[in-house]
Amino acid sequence: MVRRRKYCKHCSGKYYFDYKDTRFLSQFISESGKIIPRRITGACAPCQRKIDTAIKRARHLALLPYVNR
Amino acid sequence: MRRYEVVFVLAPSLTEEEVEQMIETFTSVAKEKGAEIIEIDRWGKRRLAFPVKKHNEGYYMVLTLEESSGEAVFELERRFKVIDSVIRFLSVRIDQDLKRAEKFETKREARQKRRSRQRAKEKQEAVAEQE
Repeated sequence: MVRRRKYCKHCSGKYYFDYKDTRFLSQFISESGKIIPRRITGACAPCQRKIDTAIKRARHLALLPYVNR
Repeated sequence: MRRYEVVFVLAPSLTEEEVEQMIETFTSVAKEKGAEIIEIDRWGKRRLAFPVKKHNEGYYMVLTLEESSGEAVFELERRFKVIDSVIRFLSVRIDQDLKRAEKFETKREARQKRRSRQRAKEKQEAVAEQE
């Protein structure tokens, strides 16, 4: 049996995660506005780190919420 | 040259003219400090994700500039802090990321090319075997 190699579907698409692209980043936050963990999104460590900083930058600019009640 | 992206949010209480004036002053400040303005992206009025300084909306501006030292960005940030109608700002250096992204792109293309070539070769071999 050939086992499919696990891969990060986010890195295969792009390298730079733009903090201005709210629609893209909103995939990685939960309804309450929290960042979704890596074990659920399936992102590799470098990707998750980039997504993380992008979300935090967007939050500072009030593009994304810190909390959604 | 370093490329920076400076995003700033202006209070919604300003008129369009005042906003333009602000942009004008900021660009001239940047130019004075030896930066080259590459792009000014006006997003216009946009709803904020949460109230900032009792404002629910803001004018978003993205200023892309290129300079060698970082002085222009420093001066801009100093001014942003002083002016009350700037409600949020963020400056990010992007040249390194852009370069890395480009490198990554070319690598990926090369990989894809190699793969498709290999696939074609395999197909040929399969055909030859059948015959």
